[in-house]
Amino acid sequence: MPEIALTAWQILLVKVLVILTIVPVGALAGGYAEHKVMAHLQHRLGPMYPGGFHGWATTLADGLKFLYKEDIVPDAADRKVFSLAPAAIFVPVLMIYLVIPIDRNLIVEDLDVGIFYLLAVGSISTIGVLMAGWSSANKYALIGALRSAAQLIAYELPIVLSAAVVAMYAGSLSVIDIVEKQNFPFAIWPPGIGLIAFLVFTTGAVAEMTRVPFDMPVAESEIITGPFTEYTGMRYIFSHMFAEMGHMVAFAGIGVTLFLGGYKPIIPWSPLEVVPGVIWFGLKFALMIFLFLWIRPTFPRVREDQLQKFAWKFLIPVSLVLVLAMGAWVLYV
Amino acid sequence: MAVAPGVRDASEVAEEISSGRLVTEEMLLNVGPQHPATHGVFRLLATIDGEKLVDAEPVIGYMHRGYEKLVEQRDYRQITNLVSRMDWLSNIQNELPLAMAVESLMEIEVPPRAQYLRVIMCELNRILNHLMFFASFGAELGAITPTFYAFREREDIQMAMEAATGGRMHFGFFRPGGLKEDVPRGFIAQALKGVRQVIDRLPDYENLLLGNEIFKQRTIGVGVLEKEVAYSYGVSGPIARGSGIDFDVRKDEPYLVYDQFDFQVSTAPNGDCFDRFWVLVHEVVESAKIVEQAFEGLPSGPVMGKVPRVVQAPVGEIYVRSENSLGELGMYLISDGDRRPYRLKIRTPSYNNVSALGHVLRDTFVSDMIAILGSFFFVLGDIDR
Repeated sequence: MPEIALTAWQILLVKVLVILTIVPVGALAGGYAEHKVMAHLQHRLGPMYPGGFHGWATTLADGLKFLYKEDIVPDAADRKVFSLAPAAIFVPVLMIYLVIPIDRNLIVEDLDVGIFYLLAVGSISTIGVLMAGWSSANKYALIGALRSAAQLIAYELPIVLSAAVVAMYAGSLSVIDIVEKQNFPFAIWPPGIGLIAFLVFTTGAVAEMTRVPFDMPVAESEIITGPFTEYTGMRYIFSHMFAEMGHMVAFAGIGVTLFLGGYKPIIPWSPLEVVPGVIWFGLKFALMIFLFLWIRPTFPRVREDQLQKFAWKFLIPVSLVLVLAMGAWVLYV
Repeated sequence: MAVAPGVRDASEVAEEISSGRLVTEEMLLNVGPQHPATHGVFRLLATIDGEKLVDAEPVIGYMHRGYEKLVEQRDYRQITNLVSRMDWLSNIQNELPLAMAVESLMEIEVPPRAQYLRVIMCELNRILNHLMFFASFGAELGAITPTFYAFREREDIQMAMEAATGGRMHFGFFRPGGLKEDVPRGFIAQALKGVRQVIDRLPDYENLLLGNEIFKQRTIGVGVLEKEVAYSYGVSGPIARGSGIDFDVRKDEPYLVYDQFDFQVSTAPNGDCFDRFWVLVHEVVESAKIVEQAFEGLPSGPVMGKVPRVVQAPVGEIYVRSENSLGELGMYLISDGDRRPYRLKIRTPSYNNVSALGHVLRDTFVSDMIAILGSFFFVLGDIDR
C-alpha cells in the first residue's frame, strides 16, 4: 500500500471536514432517533407516515420544512448580534467533537488537557444564547436567556466536579489516558463512587442541553421558545435544534468516554477485544442517547427556583463529597 | 458619563447592593392574546419582577361572538346548534339547559329513553372534556406524554359519539322535546368499550402525573384558591370542588334522571393546583360509573316527546342550570311568546372561574402562572361567548 504523505495543513483540513460532516449528520440522526423513540413511547402516529416504510423520511421532511421558511429579523432586533448568535451557539458544539476518542487512534486531537477543554468549550454556547436573547428585543427571549445563563452556572459545577472525580481516578486530563485507565467502566468500578458520579454527570448534562425536566430556558408553554422565540427557518434550526442535538450527541460521547470505558469492551476479557473499539463505542453511545431520549417523555418540567435549589443544595454537595471520597480511594486503596 | 433617565449610576447601585436592598425594575409582560398556554385568545397583563409575578390581570373579550344577541334572531331549533359552540369541549352539554328551558316553558314531557340517552351523552362528553384538560395540564407542565395517551383514549368515545350524532365536535343532538334521533346499533357496545378502556388505563396515567415527584412539587401548595374566595367569585365545577366546596348541580338539584344513579362528588380540601387536577381526574371515574349505570337501565321507547310543529314558548321566564364539565351552566330564558327568545342570558362557568385568576396569581412565579392557568381549566369560547 503506497504511503500517503500529507502535510500538517492537509491533515487539519481533512479533520475539519470530517467534523463538519459528522456533527450535522449526527444531529440529524439524533433528531431521527428522538422522533422514533418518542413515537414509540408516546403512541405518536405522525412520525410513522412520511416516506412510507416506518416513516423513514420524517427528519428529512422536518428539515426541508425549516429550509423553506423565511428568514425573519425583527425590526427592533440588534441585527448583527441577532445574526451572529446562532453561530456563537453552534460552533462551540462543533469544537467539543475534537477530543472525543471513537477508537484508540480515532481522535482528532489528543490534548493533554482534554477534559478541561471539553468542559470549557461546552459552555461557550451560553454566550450565544445570551446574545440571542438580548438582541431579539423580546421579553420572553430575555427571560429565557437569563434562565439559561443561571442554569449554566448552576449545572456546570456538578459536571466539572464529576469529571474531576474521573480525572483524579485516572491521574490525567487526557481523554485517551482516562479511557485506558478504565479496565472496568468507571460507572462500575470503583463501586459506588463511579456510579453516583455518572448519575450526577447525566443530570448535569440534561440540564446543560436544556431538555426536560430542566428545559426552563425554552419552556414552550411558558416563554414560547425562550431565547429563540424570534428565530425562524435555518437560524432556528442551528441555534436550537442542531445545538440541542449536537450537545446531546457530544455529551453522550463525553459520558461514554469518562464513565463507560469509551472504546474498550465492557469487561476486560480478551475474546471481547476482537470486536473493534468503534463498535463498543457505538453501542455505549446508543445506550447513552437512549437514556437521554427516555428522560424527556417521562418527566414534567421543574420550576426555576426548584431547579436552582436542586443544583446548589443537592447536586453540588453530592459531587463535593464524591471528590473527597475519590481522593480517599486514590490515596488509600 | 451621561446616564439615561431612569437608569441609576454605578455608585447608587453599589450602595443599594451593600445595604442589602437592590431595587429592581418591574417589567410588564403581555401574556397573550396569542400564547401557547392560553389555548385561544386570552390575555394576561402580568407585572413581573425577575421570575416573580407581582400582579396579574386577566383581560378577556378577544373572542366575543355575541351569541346572546344572535340567539334573539333565531328560533329555538336553531339555537341549540348555536349555543353548542360556546364551550367547544363540552358542546353537547351546552345544548342541554336550553332544551330543558324550552321544554319546561312549553310543558313538554321528555320520554325516559331520551332522558337516559341525554345523561349518557353528557357524561361521555364530560369524560372527553376532562381527558382533554388532563392532556393540556400535563403539556403545560412540560410533560408531553399524557397528551398523546389522553388523545388515544378519547378516540373510542369520540367515535361512538360521532356514530350517534354525525359530528366530532359540534353534535347538535339535543332538541327541545328530546333527541334528534335514536342512537344507532352498536353505539352501546362502542361507548362502553371506550369508557371501560379509560377506566382500565386511567390509574397508569394518574401515576404518570399525580405520582410524579416533580409534578407534586410543581402543584402542591401552588395557586391556592381559598374556599371563601371561591364562593365570592361564584366559582363552580371541578375548581370549586378542588377548594372543598361540595357543590354539584347533578347531586344538589338533580335534573334529567341523575337522581337514579349512584355516584360521588369528588372534593379536595386544599384548593391548590394538585387538588383541582385530582378532582378532575376522579370525576372521569364517576362519569364512567354513571354511563355504565345508565346503559344498564336504558329503557326502550321513543326519543322525542310530543312537540308542536312550531316550537313557540309561551310568555314567561325561567332559569335552568346544569352541571357542565367546567361548572354550573345557567340559562335565563325570557319569552314573549314568539318563536324566538326575547332574551337569553347565559351564565357560563369559565367566565366566573377565570375572574378569580387575578387573586390566585398574585405573588407567584412565572412558571406557577402557567401551572395555575392550566389548572383553571377554562375554555376561551366559554368565557366570551
